[in-house]
Amino acid sequence: MKAPAIESVGARSTLAVMKLGTFAVLGGRIVRAAVMRPYRVRRQLDEIFDAGVRSLVIVCLSGATVGASLSLLGYGTLSRFGAEGFLGALVGHALVRELGPVLTGLLVTGRAASAMAAEIASMVQTEQLDGLRMMSIDPIDYVVTPKALAMIFVMPLLYALFVAVALYGAFAVGVDLLGVDGGQFLTSLENALDFGDHVLQGLVKSLVFGVLVGLVAAYRGYTSEPTSVGVSAATTGTVVTASVCILIFNYIITALWGV
Amino acid sequence: MPGVRLPDGRFRAAGGRANFTDDGGGGAKVAISMSSAEGDEFRVLLDDVRFQQGGHAVFDGLSCGFPRGKITVVLGASGAGKSTLLRMIGGLTRPDSGRVLIAGQDITELSETELFSVRDRLGMLFQGGALLDSLTIFENVALPLREHTRLSDPDIADEVRRRLEAVGLPDVDDLLPGQLSGGMKRRAALARAVVTDPEIVLVDEPFSGLDPVNVRRIENVLVDLNRRLGITLIVTSHHIASTLRMAYRMLFLADGSAIYGLPDDLLKSSDLRVTEFLSAETQETWQPKSPTPPGLRLASRAPRGAA
Repeated sequence: MKAPAIESVGARSTLAVMKLGTFAVLGGRIVRAAVMRPYRVRRQLDEIFDAGVRSLVIVCLSGATVGASLSLLGYGTLSRFGAEGFLGALVGHALVRELGPVLTGLLVTGRAASAMAAEIASMVQTEQLDGLRMMSIDPIDYVVTPKALAMIFVMPLLYALFVAVALYGAFAVGVDLLGVDGGQFLTSLENALDFGDHVLQGLVKSLVFGVLVGLVAAYRGYTSEPTSVGVSAATTGTVVTASVCILIFNYIITALWGV
Repeated sequence: MPGVRLPDGRFRAAGGRANFTDDGGGGAKVAISMSSAEGDEFRVLLDDVRFQQGGHAVFDGLSCGFPRGKITVVLGASGAGKSTLLRMIGGLTRPDSGRVLIAGQDITELSETELFSVRDRLGMLFQGGALLDSLTIFENVALPLREHTRLSDPDIADEVRRRLEAVGLPDVDDLLPGQLSGGMKRRAALARAVVTDPEIVLVDEPFSGLDPVNVRRIENVLVDLNRRLGITLIVTSHHIASTLRMAYRMLFLADGSAIYGLPDDLLKSSDLRVTEFLSAETQETWQPKSPTPPGLRLASRAPRGAA
């Protein structure tokens, strides 16, 4: 009874290592395609536009509601101690370093990365990538790399947008609705945030999440089975894997950066 | 059993095998002669190819050759491995063992990057067309020219329109592939496959889903490419009438091996698999379901060379 179980563990471990190897090779090919000619500037801009615009509405809407909720929640707690004036500092800390990059990463994963994986997987299914190969055009270079790089470019931009909209939402609820002094809100926000410790950390996180999400979506789409089940598996797999990666790497970066 | 089987059931090594010699360095063998007993010079040659898929042997020691500058039509039942054969020649599928030689070069040993230089010689029409969904038909056909030539935009536009007109699609430049029917997509894909005038064109089921007028049109495009530019064409098809008009050689795939010969030889074959396949296809294609109207006489088979 034990032998098949051990065999199964061994087979799964080997498969996991092989998948990791394929992931690393694909990552290497994307980096090589990104730095070597031909530079597909037009395609890159199109993909950045697609990935960014696809996520714009959801990022703004989520930012505004998260900021507003955070403001409501923070006000309830701070007002017990008569510390409403620190509402700006509370929401600023939470949004810029933690919630901003993580939520933006998850939103972009659900919106743009899943679409990217589905598109690549569907191109595998309909032999479009094989069609490119037969035209001596490397699909990694023509299709995958511009899409993966687009994720890396748009993630910090969308993170900045998310935080800006969320802070505005928090300000609107805290100041206009709950009656916190606007000057105190902004002063506490400004005093609480340090560029090196907070803003830079948020930007670095969003950049790392962009790399992770781009690579995971590229890997899931590119290595998908050429069937409709393969397309759906690529999409679901992208969302699950990228989301888990974001949460794990968020902890690692926070721990390494220092609280 | 490896080898090429003649229509009479005999096996013949020289019919589709290259003569090999060692390179002298103890390394891989190289082909020095790729010709058949009939004097055909093979541009593409498969030697003792074995390939399994899902535990089933698709090719079990398949050896066959495709003559330079001629049209070879590959026949066989569904699942016989016709599309797999084309994918193997294109380097998209690697055999478990054996060699796939294109102009004497064994492509099974090449890396993905090295394969690109071999594919510069090839064009391929996929069954589903494989046009890029995000590009217009014009952009799809123009893509190989933009990537691999230094033609100016007006020259590319002229060439693309000429090719699209040849396949009977003069007014589809700005449409996306999703806006075309299956048959139109395949015709646009054929225009893309041949736009750079490759040395060898692999054509997977070009006639399926087409009306008779367009079957004839595509057939003419293929024959014209072959005659005018000497392009080697390897075509898989179920369309017997077109096959008989076009084919210089025919290859019938069955049970993991091949039966190879002239179209007439194949028609006269006593091999049960061939006769069964041809009679079923011929009946399906030509036998009228209702009585023939007065004045209309249907031939049992289209004459060869009628194109």
